[in-house]
Amino acid sequence: MTLLSAHGKVSPSIFLMNNFLRKQNFWFVFTPYFWLVLFFFIPLALIFKISISVSEWGMPPYRDLLDFSDGNIKINSTLSNYAFIFSDPFYLRSYLNSLSLAFTSTLICLLIGYPIAFYVAKSKESTRNLLLILLIIPFWTSFLLRVYAWKVILQGSGIINAILMKFGIISEPLSMLYNHYTVVLGVVYTYLPFMILPLYGYLVKFDLNLIDASNDLGARPLRTFIRVILPLSLPGIIAGSMLVFIPVVGEFVIPELLGGSDKLYFGKIIWQEFFVNRDWPIASALAMSGIIILVLPIIVFQLMFAKYNFKNE
Amino acid sequence: MSSSFLEIKDVSKKFGSTIALDQVNLNISKSELFSLLGSSGCGKSTLLRIIAGFEKPDSGKIHLDGEDITLLPPHLRPLNMMFQNYALFPHLNVKKNIEFGLKEEKFSSSEIDSRTSEIISLLELNGLEKRKIFEISGGQQQRVALARCLVKKPKLLLLDEPLAALDKKLRVQTQFELVDLQYKLGITFIIVTHDQEEAMSLSDRMAIMKTGKVLQIGNPVEVYEKPLNEYVANFIGTANIFNITKLDNKYIIDELNMEVDPTNINKKFKKCLIRPEKISIKKFISKNTPNQCKGIVKEVAYLGSYTKYLIESNGFKFYSYMQNSEISEELKIKWDDLVECSWKSESVYFFNE
Repeated sequence: MTLLSAHGKVSPSIFLMNNFLRKQNFWFVFTPYFWLVLFFFIPLALIFKISISVSEWGMPPYRDLLDFSDGNIKINSTLSNYAFIFSDPFYLRSYLNSLSLAFTSTLICLLIGYPIAFYVAKSKESTRNLLLILLIIPFWTSFLLRVYAWKVILQGSGIINAILMKFGIISEPLSMLYNHYTVVLGVVYTYLPFMILPLYGYLVKFDLNLIDASNDLGARPLRTFIRVILPLSLPGIIAGSMLVFIPVVGEFVIPELLGGSDKLYFGKIIWQEFFVNRDWPIASALAMSGIIILVLPIIVFQLMFAKYNFKNE
Repeated sequence: MSSSFLEIKDVSKKFGSTIALDQVNLNISKSELFSLLGSSGCGKSTLLRIIAGFEKPDSGKIHLDGEDITLLPPHLRPLNMMFQNYALFPHLNVKKNIEFGLKEEKFSSSEIDSRTSEIISLLELNGLEKRKIFEISGGQQQRVALARCLVKKPKLLLLDEPLAALDKKLRVQTQFELVDLQYKLGITFIIVTHDQEEAMSLSDRMAIMKTGKVLQIGNPVEVYEKPLNEYVANFIGTANIFNITKLDNKYIIDELNMEVDPTNINKKFKKCLIRPEKISIKKFISKNTPNQCKGIVKEVAYLGSYTKYLIESNGFKFYSYMQNSEISEELKIKWDDLVECSWKSESVYFFNE
């Protein structure tokens, strides 16, 4: 509005801005791509390079890909790292553990997050803003601290055990920490806002008249949900699920802090290969395989979904 | 009216401290095309939503075809509503939008198909079945919204500003189509509108509402010719309203300082109405007779079929509309002309409020 003068004419500032944008067009468009190349594709290429290198003692702990030492160019590349990780079911099992953790937590996040997102989106504007702030407030504290807080809550001398013992429900503290349920709890707690926010983004645009129209045409509330609300919020469900599922597959910190030895997760295995075994090629091969296995289905899915995507205008 | 099809009895509704509906009573008969007319915030949309079941009245009863539907949830009411912005489902195509309601009634698929194709040809939507909602024009969307309701063969169709989203030319054409369709199908229509011309041309009867109250119910002629109060008179068409004073057995129009003779002088009238088209003006001044006054033309607006004149007489301004068929070139009235205004005594309508 400030760009419009009192006579409703477009003020000169907007022309200046347009001009600026036109001149700076190249940098405006390509800065994100440079960023992506510099901080994503180059590191990814480095990881790929290490993953096909031969492991050896030293610093860095792998042999250079190109070797000039005896006058000839020799390429020291190998696929044995990949062959090794695919031959040992230990790695596959940890990957499946991570997938199942990601799947379970995404589902739980969706089940908890959908009603919350719906409620927030349909509240009055003043309440809505307050609720959104409440959703975002936890981000003001460090993620590590928040996960640690769960440790404090769940530990033997923690608040839950204290309350249960005070009311005589249990006689000695339950050990609730360090198993895969606690990991799910931590993951759901941490990633819930990432499910709620994109869902909210779609639901807030949802025309409430469509619900009335569906009711009016004879669909009771549950049928209205299935036939109208759910299909129209599907893009939000998918966006939210991706935002939870993908990072949880590689999640390392939460299993490290809250998890026990009952299940090993992929992120932790990579960490161990890097820092404990100092086998960088194996760790890199694990990371690359994880990316490929995860990303390919998502690309296929995205392409399929693009066809289904409808304009809501 | 004992045999009314839709009976709204003492319906009241409050939102917080605002009164949306105040003891509304309406009786609508079968196959009637009834309009709820009023400016925004008068409660007409709330009443429509209460009939549809989206809002519960605080008090009062609603009977449809002898059945008490006051507490029935919307999906069980044998009526349908066409929403102002149509509320078509953007994820479904035209055909699936139309079938939506039928699929909730557990019809066989052949029954659904035959009823859908019947309504599609009735509303001339052939060829658009597979289109998405955003791929068709506003007029076509309006017909899809109508088809989606009519395919359910409702006892009552509620239309919330059905023509508001169309451009003017299409609106007039659609008005006639709507009346035609209603006549053909014999379904009772209740139309909510803020457009008095639309209400006049569409309705069998209409209710004029203001701040949650029904001010007057009647057919367009009654409401226009015999408004119950000044608000209704001003809301429907243009109204010249004068204050009157009783003097013996006569009434005097205060503003013009002239006499009028009401047909019925028993009531205590305070005001009178003379519609602009009932005031005729002439250029030449003859002797003063009853129902005549002198005036100066202040504004002239030529509108093709008729001309609007703003006349000032005795310091008071009023309108006169003259059919252009009567205007010859030498008698043409221009700005600042001195004119003689006259009307028939039966054209003066008296009222209290």
